[in-house]
Amino acid sequence: MAGRAQPVSAWPGTSAAITLAVLILGTLTAVALRAETGAGLGRAEWAAIRFTLIQAALSGMISVTIAIPVARALARRRFRGRRILIALLGVPFILPVIIAVLGLLEVFGRAGWISDALGLLGFEPIRIYGLHGVVLAHVFLNLPLATRLILQAWQEVPAERFRLAAQLGCDGRAMFWLIEWPMLRRILPGAFAVVFAICLTSFAVALTLGGGPRATTIELAIYQAFRFDFDLGRAALLSGVQLILTILAAALALWLATGTGFGKGLDRAVRRWDGANPVSRTADAAWIIAAALFLLLPLAAIVVSGLPNVLSLPSTVWSAALTSLLVAALSTCLLLLLALPMAFAIARGGRGIVELAGLLGLAASPLVIGTGLFIIIRPIADPFALALPVTALVNAITALPFALRVLVPTARDVVERYGKLGVSLNMAGLPFLRFVLLPRMRPQIGFAAGLAMALSMGDLGVITLFADPDIATLPLQIYRLMGAYRLDDAASASLLLLVLSIGVFWVLDRGGRRHAEA
Amino acid sequence: MLKLEHVEIRKGEFHLKSHFDLQQGHIYAVLGPSGGGKSTLLEAIAGFDPVSAGQIAWHDRSITTLPPGDRPIAMLFQDGNLFPHLTAAQNVGLGLHPNLRLTKQDQSEIVKALSEVGLDGLADRKPAALSGGQQARVALARLTVQRRDLILLDEPFAALGPALKAEMLALVADLARARHATVLMVTHEPEDARHIADQVILVAEGQAHPPVKTQQIFDNPPPQLRDYLGQK
Repeated sequence: MAGRAQPVSAWPGTSAAITLAVLILGTLTAVALRAETGAGLGRAEWAAIRFTLIQAALSGMISVTIAIPVARALARRRFRGRRILIALLGVPFILPVIIAVLGLLEVFGRAGWISDALGLLGFEPIRIYGLHGVVLAHVFLNLPLATRLILQAWQEVPAERFRLAAQLGCDGRAMFWLIEWPMLRRILPGAFAVVFAICLTSFAVALTLGGGPRATTIELAIYQAFRFDFDLGRAALLSGVQLILTILAAALALWLATGTGFGKGLDRAVRRWDGANPVSRTADAAWIIAAALFLLLPLAAIVVSGLPNVLSLPSTVWSAALTSLLVAALSTCLLLLLALPMAFAIARGGRGIVELAGLLGLAASPLVIGTGLFIIIRPIADPFALALPVTALVNAITALPFALRVLVPTARDVVERYGKLGVSLNMAGLPFLRFVLLPRMRPQIGFAAGLAMALSMGDLGVITLFADPDIATLPLQIYRLMGAYRLDDAASASLLLLVLSIGVFWVLDRGGRRHAEA
Repeated sequence: MLKLEHVEIRKGEFHLKSHFDLQQGHIYAVLGPSGGGKSTLLEAIAGFDPVSAGQIAWHDRSITTLPPGDRPIAMLFQDGNLFPHLTAAQNVGLGLHPNLRLTKQDQSEIVKALSEVGLDGLADRKPAALSGGQQARVALARLTVQRRDLILLDEPFAALGPALKAEMLALVADLARARHATVLMVTHEPEDARHIADQVILVAEGQAHPPVKTQQIFDNPPPQLRDYLGQK
């Protein structure tokens, strides 16, 4: 509404959005200008595109399919540890991918627990590399998210409907078709689209478990074109393809997805009157136990094999940990500088450029931005010297869409509820920001900062493009240890990374909520 | 000394017209059916909604385009009149300086204002630790330190019980008479208007009618008021 009095101004948010748009589109242009005309997509590129789509589709389908019975069991059973288990389902979101990969290798790998057990029975060990390894890791990372999304929809079914169905004498089967199937049909496409979009831009999993002509994602192909061949034209071409795919997938996910999976109240069990017979009880218990084992065993493996050597880790690991903390802290500051003004601008009712920039952030591929920044920086300065700030910046951009999802609803509430009072007291501008918006949004700011810092701590992406042998973040150092077959050190370093990632998230999230009043 | 000259407010399908003057030091009740535009009238005067035609003037100076905080107006809303994370004293202090840079003199003024509304010793409490009546008193204390000539009340005491509400309205009336301030209060209860209002502004059917003396309008109600009151 034009002329309507507002307690916060729009220009900081608009400037942040323009900066972001220039950064994303500018790096893309820089890459595109390098792409040689006429050098169309070759066989290797088509293979990468095909593999990317197949693995993302499989990961999405398997995650969602398994998530249905797990969410159903969690929704209708009450048991000790249920609350903790549901809280644990949130962890993989901030879990560094390299830890997940290493943990899965320890359980499912060639020298892992399951292969050892198979060996005792005289079978061949499992081979985890390739398509099924990539899909396994993606299911590990995204099954919890899919479960939370579906569980949220399950909890939102009004309890009265189950009561009515029970009163009408519906058995489990009838109840499924009457109540649960319509709900699932509404939620499943969105849950699939979210997992699909996430897996489409997967880099670290493909880097560690994929590779070779048969298991290369587009992101990985960009990295290889850039790092091994220094073929900027090919990197640019692939970046263009990747951008089109991610924009389509992000649009699809936004269009289909309804929940965020961050919702509160997930630890409430729905009161149901079906499923009391022993068969369905056992089935539910089996699903819950299997899912818990699948998620916890790899983490347990890291703890078991990593714990003995943590204190005797080489100094390179400790300095990498320090580097990671600094990069993550810088990244969190950059994120807040971008996200807060944008959230305030959106809360005013501002649309257009600000929300568009947020969408761009969702579709932006870290490796494309990284490649673009490399091309832009090279004539001016040594890109390798700027590896760490560039990593921090790209991490901040990656975390931005999540931060906006956390910040915008509260910012809207506060502006709606206290905006008029603030304006009538002449507090518009800095006083409103300082005395109202920031204090009232502290829990959400803490949560968003925690997410951003943990994501940045665990990121193994753009740093691989820029890093020279002397510089490493902790995830890169772990990757190098794995490459050198020093798996014990890698496990210990992973344990350190796990503690640090969850630690920074916990501290920031707690810090935001401490003394926060309703 | 507030002049509404052919003021027109539009919000989508809804529109409200008004053309009248208000005298300084008088208390006006704004009465009428819900959805009739009582709050809209106050919000336009306060500057939250732009007027689509006409002029709002204060002492012959147009305030039509001034931002809300620069108008000679203090306003209390239906709810959310206090910031829950700030103390009572800070909430009152915002009426003196929106950036809360308070001098010793300001501090003592705040203490005095709180004590005048009967909140001695509660300056450091946050709203959650105060009763509904006490919260309303904190908002009143802020009104006193704001020293504005025009006070707009959009049913801020609606959630209080009848006795408490009457007490708060009486406090507002005392404050306004002592300062010679003008009060414009929305209400949907004729009793409130009878108790403290000098004149009544009837808002119905897209029209804010010019003020009429309270006694006179209730003795001889116009058709819209009769409909609202449920009289034959």
